[in-house]
Amino acid sequence: MGYVKKNRDFHQARWDEPFIMEMGNPGERGVLVPQASDEVKKVSGEVSELIPAGLKRKKAPKLPELSQMQVLRHYMRLSQETIGTDINIDIGLGTCTMKYSPKIHEQFVRMEKFQELHPYQDESTVQGILEIMYKDEQYLKAISGMDKVSLQPSGGSQAIFANVQTIRAYFEERGEAEKRDEIITTILSHPANPGTASTLGYKVITLYPDENGLPDIEALKAAVSERTAALMITNPEDTGIYNDRIRQFVDIVHEAGGLCVYDQANLNGVFGLTRAKDAGFDMCHYNLHKSFSSPHGCQGPGAGAQCVSEKLAKYVAAPTVEYDGEKYYLDGDRPKSIGKLRMFYGVPSVLIRAYAYIRTLGADGMKQIAELSILNNNYLIKKLLEIKGLSMPFAEGRFRMEQARLSWQELTEETGVTTDDICRRIVDYGFQDYFTSHHPRVLPEPFTPEPVETYSKDDMDEYAAAFAAIAKEAYSEPELVKGAPYKAALGARIEEECLTEWGKFATTWRAYKKL
Amino acid sequence: MEKIGLIVNPIAGIGGKAGFKGSDGEEIYREAILRGAVKESGQKALLAVRALKAAGAQPTILTCPGEMGARVCEAAGLAYTVIEVPGAEVTCPVTDMPETEAGETALTDAGCTTAADTVYAARTFLRMGAALILFAGGDGTARDMLDAVGEAVPVLGIPAGCKIHSGVYALNPRRAGELAAGYLQGKVRKTKEAEVMDIDEEEFRRGRVQSRLYGYLRIPDGRGMVQNKKSGSRYSEQGAIERLADYLADTWDEESLYIVGGGSTTAAVMRRMNLANTLLGVDLVYKGQVAAADCTEQEILETMDRYPFAGVKILVTVIGGQGCIFGRGNQQISARVIRRAGRENIIVAASPDKLLSFLGSSLSVDTGDEEVNRYLSGYMRVLTGYGEYTVMKVSD
Repeated sequence: MGYVKKNRDFHQARWDEPFIMEMGNPGERGVLVPQASDEVKKVSGEVSELIPAGLKRKKAPKLPELSQMQVLRHYMRLSQETIGTDINIDIGLGTCTMKYSPKIHEQFVRMEKFQELHPYQDESTVQGILEIMYKDEQYLKAISGMDKVSLQPSGGSQAIFANVQTIRAYFEERGEAEKRDEIITTILSHPANPGTASTLGYKVITLYPDENGLPDIEALKAAVSERTAALMITNPEDTGIYNDRIRQFVDIVHEAGGLCVYDQANLNGVFGLTRAKDAGFDMCHYNLHKSFSSPHGCQGPGAGAQCVSEKLAKYVAAPTVEYDGEKYYLDGDRPKSIGKLRMFYGVPSVLIRAYAYIRTLGADGMKQIAELSILNNNYLIKKLLEIKGLSMPFAEGRFRMEQARLSWQELTEETGVTTDDICRRIVDYGFQDYFTSHHPRVLPEPFTPEPVETYSKDDMDEYAAAFAAIAKEAYSEPELVKGAPYKAALGARIEEECLTEWGKFATTWRAYKKL
Repeated sequence: MEKIGLIVNPIAGIGGKAGFKGSDGEEIYREAILRGAVKESGQKALLAVRALKAAGAQPTILTCPGEMGARVCEAAGLAYTVIEVPGAEVTCPVTDMPETEAGETALTDAGCTTAADTVYAARTFLRMGAALILFAGGDGTARDMLDAVGEAVPVLGIPAGCKIHSGVYALNPRRAGELAAGYLQGKVRKTKEAEVMDIDEEEFRRGRVQSRLYGYLRIPDGRGMVQNKKSGSRYSEQGAIERLADYLADTWDEESLYIVGGGSTTAAVMRRMNLANTLLGVDLVYKGQVAAADCTEQEILETMDRYPFAGVKILVTVIGGQGCIFGRGNQQISARVIRRAGRENIIVAASPDKLLSFLGSSLSVDTGDEEVNRYLSGYMRVLTGYGEYTVMKVSD
């Protein structure tokens, strides 16, 4: 028997905490570092003299001066003002794949054996972690069908960036780099695709969907030419719609001499069901923190995997992890490689979790992930679409995979309550605010839930019930929803301009002080 | 305290429900009344003013007598100052029809107010220092506002007319009130240019849609609150236009003749090139200079004949709700000009936001020459940023 709690009488802690930079008093200390003893000084000399003159600050940094207890209290308070995946039904962050991350994985990554590793250690002393990375690569080769994997990227966008660099390296070697200066993508592919292409100097050609809701294949035919370097595409797109013409897309671009790159940041809908290589792609990438389960969000650690076919293997980010039959080693001697993306190889904590995840599930388990995600999503959509004012207007009648982009447009037109209002109101019910859409907002008043494989029927019922309650409020008492949140840590609304105008936001304390 | 102007075009929209395509002309108006049409623009203005009040804005409202505004303020319970408007003083005969909440009556007589009253009132509000003028009406009313104040003061339309092709209107009356309040309270600070489009109503009643770009008004930039903002990218539309202007400037071919159509997007490109520009006309640019301004078709063709240009490029933007590339506000770039320049030399530039409003539909061409329309149809790239294009379907 399921149950539906409509309101848990949730109320979040609200602390009017100052910035840490504004706290403390001169002279307060958390740690008093002991002076070196005379005996030590005899050997080391004055500590301050050990630092080269060029590296010495002229003035002491303006750091806040606080005791340990003050610091602890400050951050504990802030932690109470967040809503994490572990305390709420985190279905709303569609495209982010907020699945359960098994707690036993945390024991693995917190083991001393792992915590105390240092990237400058000799290879012979880090065989364990290298073996895990190497095996991760082998599994990802099997999952993608690709021939070479690099785990160097620190996240999805960096993996996409690496793929675009690989495109360029490939055409440079063929003497076509100058001619092939266009990359084709779709409006509903992740913005990192046009973003990285643009960053690397490519012209970006965007395709819109046709009347079926799939990327317009005729537009693709019109767009490809001898200038085409690559197609970079997500499938299923953000709408949850699977492009069943994907093979044709790939063939059209290949015929024009271009490469095809598959954005598989979110693998959940096709895990174990389809493989990038089988659809003809030359490259793909995974966000290992998403489908392969690591706690993520709030800039938490991510990890990307760059996967390429045989002909592109020599270009992947270096070093790579290799195995010579006896030992594992980092291979930096790759003359055609696009080079290093970052100082050290990979994000080991995420790679360990991914390894554990893959080993636990096995091939059949992975296929089940996709099947359950799709089943869950279709159950949830059905529940949500019973709510007045909520619809799924795009490509009506088409099957949705693991996520769906819904629209509150009807509700907005009838009540004036917008998706941004509902996004704030849902927090009063004890849920994380939800993901509306990537930008630009192709659908009006968007809402993109993704229930992944881990949420139960009860969870989804409770989640849908909260939205039904809010929709009711919107029709009977719209001001209540528009004024939300009331029970969240953050009550004040941020002016949108502060998020979009260059002159109005600050990413560092120093910049903030200047504003 | 901030002052805000309020103008209600009491007959806006009256033709719509009576099956007419507009409300211009006394004859249409009389016929509409005979068919039992009721004025609703006051009701719509009332929704907006109530939303303004609910949002906590307490401006000094400057308005017109009677149905042109005063009754709406009265019904909303807001203090207001009435200016004298010749014509609006005339009280329309009251019939046995009940008054609406906004104090409107079902009219038996025509007249009462005219476009001249709108123009007069708007200019008066401008003189009195209004920070914003709210007006209820349709495309015709927007044109009156354009004639009256142009871009001298921000305005915002409360949609009440039969035809809303202009981008100066809020999504609905309530959003108009909310956006006006946001602007007065300083929550929305930016303003932007919005198109004033209208169609020839005579042609339209005969079933021919012929819209035209008349100019631009300045409206508060409230994302998701104004019409034609189906998309609502978080990033500024103006920013995208600046980037595409940068791109065109960086890739400009000095040896080619550029035929630059009208509109604010192409104007931004001309500004970036430090060239004088005709907002609603066609300019010719060669070797970094304006070779001819505000040209006719004949002048364009003659210029093309006169010099041995290395190439000819046509730069146009997407105009209006129908997404017209040729035939609205750039008829000078005629079928003959297009044929001579060649399809591959056409550069269409528009912001991503604007293009998104055509998702699911297509752009259009109306050169008056079916063969050329067909020649232009199919897929075309539209420049949307710095080296960024969207492939759009163009129908003939």
